[in-house]
Amino acid sequence: MNIYDLIFYLFATITVLSALAVVSTKNIIYSAYNLMLTFFGVAGLYVLLGADFLAIVQLIVYVGGILILILFGVMLTNKVNGMPIHTEVTNIIPASITIGLFAGIVLAFFMNTNWKSVTTEFPATTIQSLGKLLMNEYILIFELLGVLLLIALIGAASIARKQ
Amino acid sequence: MIIYDFLSELFGSPVLAAFIQSFIPLIFLIPFALFAVWLERKVSAFMQDRIGPNRVGAHGWLQTVADILKLIQKEDIVATNANKPLFNIAPVLVFAGSYLAFAAIPFSSAFIGSGIDLGLLFIVAASGFVVAGILMGGWASNNKYSLLGAVRSAAQVVSYEIPTVLVILSVVMLTGSLSLYELSEMQTSSFYNWVIFGGTAPTLQKILLIPFMFIGFIIIYISSLAEVNRTPFDIPEAESELVAGFHTEYSGMKFAMFFLAEYANMFAVSAIVSAIFLGGYQSPFGYLGNTIGWEWLVPIEQFFWFAAKGIFFVFVQMWLRWTLPRLRVDQLMALCWKYLIPIAFVNLLIIGIIVIL
Repeated sequence: MNIYDLIFYLFATITVLSALAVVSTKNIIYSAYNLMLTFFGVAGLYVLLGADFLAIVQLIVYVGGILILILFGVMLTNKVNGMPIHTEVTNIIPASITIGLFAGIVLAFFMNTNWKSVTTEFPATTIQSLGKLLMNEYILIFELLGVLLLIALIGAASIARKQ
Repeated sequence: MIIYDFLSELFGSPVLAAFIQSFIPLIFLIPFALFAVWLERKVSAFMQDRIGPNRVGAHGWLQTVADILKLIQKEDIVATNANKPLFNIAPVLVFAGSYLAFAAIPFSSAFIGSGIDLGLLFIVAASGFVVAGILMGGWASNNKYSLLGAVRSAAQVVSYEIPTVLVILSVVMLTGSLSLYELSEMQTSSFYNWVIFGGTAPTLQKILLIPFMFIGFIIIYISSLAEVNRTPFDIPEAESELVAGFHTEYSGMKFAMFFLAEYANMFAVSAIVSAIFLGGYQSPFGYLGNTIGWEWLVPIEQFFWFAAKGIFFVFVQMWLRWTLPRLRVDQLMALCWKYLIPIAFVNLLIIGIIVIL
């Protein structure tokens, strides 16, 4: 086993264990911080795959943005109401059926797909080719995503303003 | 680079060498923090017409060492109603977040950290962990002041990241690189090649760029002050309102950890600002090593310039701290969203147009 495999298993263990903890802990703050660990582990896996830009954007968007917002909301509501928010398990049977089906589908695809493995060089830097693709081939989608985010922002602001 | 090559030859494995190398900035950071705490007390004393620490060592320079010895011996108190695991993890997470940034900072051409291509973005990402740690500490303390301080800090850091990233973007348009090592290497040979003077652009472009680069520099310096929670943006730990903000409940070594993280952060943002705009580890004029033919002297000189620029900006932060009054929360947000972000956007646009010209 080479040392990169060891690093892969380290990050994979972090990701899986923390993801399990996210759904199994009762305390919602613990869930949020385990989610941070999950994002961190996934970012580590991206780095091992040579997708450095994706890894860093994952950290910026999810840890620096979304997770902070989640924590913000949970902490404020948790303390203001004066009682701790605990999550509980409800609807076990429908949930396990859905998850079982989904896991089955994913597993079936995983087993039946004829995976092609090609050995390629690690790209020295991904950001230049990504930027060219975004600005040439996928410019329309890129701009539409920008508009979508803007709509979401305006929508959030207008909901917040409504008295 | 040289240090990394040496280590990978010594241990015969690039991964092990990288692991060992990641501890090197700590060797710089701990003495720096000791020095900076002493300097801060001396600077504040000078500005308030006091003497400051002067008992331990000449001019009190051993005062911080004595303080650390005291902090090590102190009882480690965890409040009864605090959330114990999160309370204990928070200082580590905050320090880890601020130490993470040093992975991308080149100290000299012999030691460039990890030298990743996306250094600037990586540093922005690392600050997310600091915020998460501060929120963790503030919440786990189970103290109103701590929670208020933590929430203020998070709001502030998240807001001030936007002008920082906009200024970084305008620099990236000019230089075409996100790597701090490449940025520093580009600004070599003379201070006239520094990005604040338009980098290595042709002369006409350079003259057009200089005023906008100065605006960008001022914006990024102001927002970096806010990101490390320093006065005039220190509302997360405003002593007169919140006792000590998010670290009110901490004592002993955990408090020292927050303190170390704060000073590490101060140096990190100063080093980043100087690497983006002021040539990083490059000397403003030639190197003595090149003149007299001692090639080995150049990296040491570069380290000197890097440390000198970093410590100078840390000094400016202290200077501002003891000069300016603190902003109110609404003023702080207004400054960011109503002034810095629009100015940064217009600046970005103008620099973009000049670069295309």
